[in-house]
Amino acid sequence: MGKSLFQKVWDSHRVGTLGDGRTQLFIGTHLIHEVTSPQAFGMLRDLDLTVKFPQRTFATIDHIVPTINQDQPADPLAAEMIDAIRKNCDDFGVTYFDLKSGKQGIVHVVGPEQGITQPGTTIACGDSHTATHGAFGAIAFGIGTSQVRDVLATQTIALQEMKVRRIEVNGDLRPGVYAKDVILHIIRQLGANGGIGYAYEYAGDVFERMSMEERMTVCNMSIEGGARCGYVNPDAKTVEYLKGRPYVDNDNFDETAERWLSFASDADAHFDDIVKISAEDIEPTVTWGISPDAGISITENIPDPLKASSPEQKANIEEALAYMKLPAGTPIQGVKIDVAFIGSCTNGRISDFREVAKYIKGHKVAANVQAIAVPGSQIVAIQCEQEGIPEIFREAGFEWRAAGCSMCLAMNPDKLIGDQLCASSSNRNFKGRQGSPTGRTILMSPVMVAAAAIKGSVTDARELFDLEGASAVA
Amino acid sequence: MALEPVKQVSGTGVFVPGADIDTDRIIPARFMKCVTFDGLGEYAFYDVRFDSETGDKTKHPLNDERFKNASILIAGVNFGCGSSREHAPQSLKKYGFNAVIAESFAEIFYGNSTTLAMPCVMASAENITALRAQVEKDPTTEITINVEELKVSTSAGLEFSVNMPASAHDALITGRWDPILELIENGPAIEERAKALHYI
Repeated sequence: MGKSLFQKVWDSHRVGTLGDGRTQLFIGTHLIHEVTSPQAFGMLRDLDLTVKFPQRTFATIDHIVPTINQDQPADPLAAEMIDAIRKNCDDFGVTYFDLKSGKQGIVHVVGPEQGITQPGTTIACGDSHTATHGAFGAIAFGIGTSQVRDVLATQTIALQEMKVRRIEVNGDLRPGVYAKDVILHIIRQLGANGGIGYAYEYAGDVFERMSMEERMTVCNMSIEGGARCGYVNPDAKTVEYLKGRPYVDNDNFDETAERWLSFASDADAHFDDIVKISAEDIEPTVTWGISPDAGISITENIPDPLKASSPEQKANIEEALAYMKLPAGTPIQGVKIDVAFIGSCTNGRISDFREVAKYIKGHKVAANVQAIAVPGSQIVAIQCEQEGIPEIFREAGFEWRAAGCSMCLAMNPDKLIGDQLCASSSNRNFKGRQGSPTGRTILMSPVMVAAAAIKGSVTDARELFDLEGASAVA
Repeated sequence: MALEPVKQVSGTGVFVPGADIDTDRIIPARFMKCVTFDGLGEYAFYDVRFDSETGDKTKHPLNDERFKNASILIAGVNFGCGSSREHAPQSLKKYGFNAVIAESFAEIFYGNSTTLAMPCVMASAENITALRAQVEKDPTTEITINVEELKVSTSAGLEFSVNMPASAHDALITGRWDPILELIENGPAIEERAKALHYI
């Protein structure tokens, strides 16, 4: 019996078994940001400990950074957090991609860009979207702040081994169906808690054909399906993407690439569960409720609690519809939006902005919609500028901003106001997620966000744009 | 240095309804603008406890005077999903909760809570419903979670078994819930593992 990538990486990073039965797992690469790390450094100081392998931790700031005048946070608490990460990195010798580095950005965009994210590695970060790095065949997962402390102090954490579920998506995606739709569909099928205890291996034609950035979009939202990590096996695309990047061993590249590829799951690997999905069944998908598994096809109606299969489900639908202020049993298409957001660690990469730029030329954002585009990193922003993308967005009526997490979780000034409804390319539609306790979120792909911005309401992008030939794996 | 074992938690309970209660709900992101965990208790469930326009208290169970002394939180499925923020269990602990009984938990929240010595035990939907009924009928109902034997009993005569992963169970009852010292002890094995890796 062969091994899955998960098993290979786990075995090669196992330090030992702890008294409570958990594995002491070596974390080869540690990423930190300003929100979940200051307390960890505080604990380190309280315990009189130091950072054991400072070269294995990389820092940036993303959550609280303003996207207008990045370096001038009006909020004194934000300024304090920026000062704290600077001091912590200085004191303990940690590499810090700050605002002046030209490399700052969302931590899950920066890692791959720098070639810090590599196949066959373990990556941890005090952020649940760390699974993004699984796109490279890394075992990457979010940790709490006490575990950030553990990694800083020992480069290890105590972790229960996960089971592995292989999710195979085979066939051809229809035109206008993107990576975002694939993962929203998977989460809809398996539920927000379906992945608890599992690592997800995404396999099959569809993921093999996806670009690295599309794979990142998929892996990013593993946690929204309850899976702490999700990955795609490394292949020639992975190797090609990483070649020449700053933190890759480019002097011994062939040898390095060969080792990376050796981590891919064996043909006869054991999986605890296998789920098969047909690519043809996936439609452009949007959410209607307050959990990422509340997804429907753009052509479907909003669920009706009267048709619920159980009293619990009925109560959940009623709670969601009351919060979302949406009428049961009516089409999701046509629901008016107030804000459109393109960005985040899910969909804030160069390919996302390129794809939207292809279709918004000649269109204008609806008069009563505020549309903002936020590149995922300073490098993405520069790439966009080199390609004239910001002009295309501005011409269409978008505000073009500087890099950060922005309105995905609204810890910076970018927030919904009151019960505004946002068409968003981000990853969570929780109550209050986008900064207003009554703000509402509908998750969708960036092209669908652009279509909603232009029409002023949730729209089937296939009807507004010519998307023949456009899909995740065009 | 052994930590204090957590073998039993007793107190009164409060039921917070809803599936998939996420960590943004438990502690909204704006309250994470801080460099310590101090003071997070008052912000637990803030946006569902207070009307965002008037600032008035809502009808959330945590605002119900009858449950003001509750120290055991009772919830439904997938409690603590979403963000990895340790701020969530930190805020619950600082608010005054010492344990959570739910149908199921999200994984990161579960680990974070265990590391803070706040046991999270899983019970069947039927038992949660029965427990909720007792607590809502008489909020002074004393609940005892016997962590060691994985049993919950109440002063009103309800008794049922609960689940917990073996490692969390062991960590709590033997006083190993914060693994930092054990991790440090394995220094030589860590060094050896680091040398065998081909990156960084």
